[in-house]
Amino acid sequence: MQYILDGFVEAFYLIFSFDPEIFQIVGLSLFVSLTSTLISTVIGVPLGILLGINNFRGKRTVSRFLYTFMSFPPVIIGLFTALFLARSGPLGQFRLMYTPTAMIIAQMVLVTPIIMGIVFNHASNSGYDVVQTGKTLGANRINILTLLILELKGGIMIALVTGFGRAISEVGAVMIVGGNIKGFTRVMTTFIAMNNNMGQYSVSIAMGIILMTISFLTNSILYHFSEGAKYEDRD
Amino acid sequence: MKKKWSVLVIMLFVGAIVLSAAACSPAEKKQEAGSNGEIILATTTSTQDSGLLDYILPDFESQTGIAVKVVAVGTGKAIEMGKNGEADVLLVHARAQEDQFVADGYATERFDVMYNDFVVLGPKDDPAKVKTTAGNDAVKAFTAIAAVPSTFVSRDDASGTNTKELAIWKAASITPEGDWYVRTGTGMGDTLTVTNEKLGYTLADRATYSNMKETMSGLEIVCEGGALLLNPYGVMAVSPTINDQINGEGAQAFVDWIISEDTQKLIGSYKINGDQQFTPGTAK
Repeated sequence: MQYILDGFVEAFYLIFSFDPEIFQIVGLSLFVSLTSTLISTVIGVPLGILLGINNFRGKRTVSRFLYTFMSFPPVIIGLFTALFLARSGPLGQFRLMYTPTAMIIAQMVLVTPIIMGIVFNHASNSGYDVVQTGKTLGANRINILTLLILELKGGIMIALVTGFGRAISEVGAVMIVGGNIKGFTRVMTTFIAMNNNMGQYSVSIAMGIILMTISFLTNSILYHFSEGAKYEDRD
Repeated sequence: MKKKWSVLVIMLFVGAIVLSAAACSPAEKKQEAGSNGEIILATTTSTQDSGLLDYILPDFESQTGIAVKVVAVGTGKAIEMGKNGEADVLLVHARAQEDQFVADGYATERFDVMYNDFVVLGPKDDPAKVKTTAGNDAVKAFTAIAAVPSTFVSRDDASGTNTKELAIWKAASITPEGDWYVRTGTGMGDTLTVTNEKLGYTLADRATYSNMKETMSGLEIVCEGGALLLNPYGVMAVSPTINDQINGEGAQAFVDWIISEDTQKLIGSYKINGDQQFTPGTAK
């Protein structure tokens, strides 16, 4: 019991002590996860829509693979990314191992299938009708893609939130490719894992509370804009 | 109206990235401080978790201008990183593995840095009667535990502590197997937590145990002080011939620095709650 209470006290202390190290850790977590989510969105949304609205041979197989990749364990992704980026690996000369860039790459590999899969699912369900309607109204390809993104925005929003949630909360991949280096690649989740291993539960709980608060705020902001947009549509 | 929504979300994303990048800018600055390059130090969790590295590394960075990136892993993994040339310098504690590393040509020489000791921990009621029978002899302690047999929690992670534990079992001519021998495969902190929950015996490094003593209410030291329980740490610069990306000069500078008289004094002056954690020099 005492740990849990201490955790809350410690959380307030951590936040209001304005310790630059804590802010830097939180900042790096957001930077890495937002960047990876953004890149994954740019790749995943158009691809997901494209696969979703078109009917082609082997679509079922593609979807099965896509859904499997959605549950890929972060540790394995971390391991593969590490093998590629390590000094002795094929991309070794770029010296990316144990850098924030490596963490962004690993999270991108993790999040892209999630965003793609969710968008694919929504596009498969309602994308075809949108395309037909667009064509009837004389839209060109670009118009149709814009129209699709707007019509599927609810699904895209869920994809984004899910992807970001997965990126900011995973510890396996960033621990392997980032190495939890103090002041350089230490993020919230690896900080929690390290402190837990040192038996400093209250600091772990405190950082956990900060992590949850940030996730809550991020999701609130995203939902605010998407919900707000829906209400505007009804005017 | 519809476009406004997507523009807002994109602005939000980009804004958040810029803001968070600004917030984590100390990291970028720190990297610039390493104007003479950087080295990757693969070391054990105990040197990081005890706080020693945070205490001594700023001195090295200010003296040489070389930034040190610390990757704290088990000794087995650290040695493996050295063999693959993923690290420039190693600070580890598993003498047999270290000597093999040098013998195999991955490093030219190993130097003693410091030592502390291991302790055998057990439940307060001591079902294997280790306290009364074993004295400071870890082999006798392990023999008594296996004879009952009483629960023993092993880290089983190829770490320095795990290597030492296996060496003691070997010295006692016992192959630990069965329900009483619990393998966690995790770090020292987690293993101590498991031992405390299961009220078993385990081998721990003194620094981590001192740090966690308050939360380990069910355990106490049942055997300590024997020569076998000494825990020496060694430093090795990875041979620059393994691949062309190893910072050989930086690694050598680190080795020269950590065995220098001033740094040795610095190591000896590091205390947690008033207790010295590491004794500099060679274990006697």
